[in-house]
Amino acid sequence: MALRGTCREVGDVAVIDFSGKITLGEGSAVVRKMVRELVEAGRKKILLDLSDVDYIDSSGIGEMVAAYTAVRSANGELKLVHLTRRVHDILQITRLFTVFDVQADEASAMRSFRNAT
Amino acid sequence: MKAKTHRLEVALETILESVDLAENIVTRVSEAAGFGEEDIHKIGMAVREGVVNAYNYGNQQDRRKKIFLTIEFDPERMAVHVLDEGAGFDEADVPDCLAEENLLRTSGRGLFLMRAFMDEFCVRRGPAGGAELVMVKNLPKEASGNGTGPAT
Repeated sequence: MALRGTCREVGDVAVIDFSGKITLGEGSAVVRKMVRELVEAGRKKILLDLSDVDYIDSSGIGEMVAAYTAVRSANGELKLVHLTRRVHDILQITRLFTVFDVQADEASAMRSFRNAT
Repeated sequence: MKAKTHRLEVALETILESVDLAENIVTRVSEAAGFGEEDIHKIGMAVREGVVNAYNYGNQQDRRKKIFLTIEFDPERMAVHVLDEGAGFDEADVPDCLAEENLLRTSGRGLFLMRAFMDEFCVRRGPAGGAELVMVKNLPKEASGNGTGPAT
């Protein structure tokens, strides 16, 4: 299934709900485009909800890392929430759990942003 | 009597669509061979990474080149070969993606995932040059005896 992303606002946090596969090609491009647009719009708090993403390949992982570094470079924060088991496992074996701020649920994710409102 | 080995060979175009096609093919063969859902996912993903490697790094997206996918299985194991027409490479030259200094790299995790998801993995020089990725998954004991039917 092609990746779809919808953006919503929760306070001053931009939340992107992704659904589908984050893989080489279209899936990775969707992540790149949506995160880049938020960064360019000056958004500093971005939360990616991956509850409907049950597949990510190495290209998708690379795109997530690129998104993370792009947000960090703009002095912002990017966090992940609601990982499916397979995405969780991939982040664990690639040691990216030590890089990404992974939150269990949206409420705790909101509280974890700096100067949370 | 030795169990029959089934063999499937496919020449894939060096196009992005071949990545999904290869994964779909190997997923169906894995089902026929008798693997469980989780192993099928791992095999599919490993082969996907292998074909991405051939598409991007081996053949460098050159549409004049082919990616050769070979699948062999018997009641005990399945072996998948992904051969490209590139310059080949040495595994030792690939940076360790788990090293602290490489964690923020945006590429270089494909070989690691293939190794993690399969029981055996190696890179060797193909018969006419290029890189040949060879990955093997053993069938669980309880599944042996199933999946001896044809792959297609």
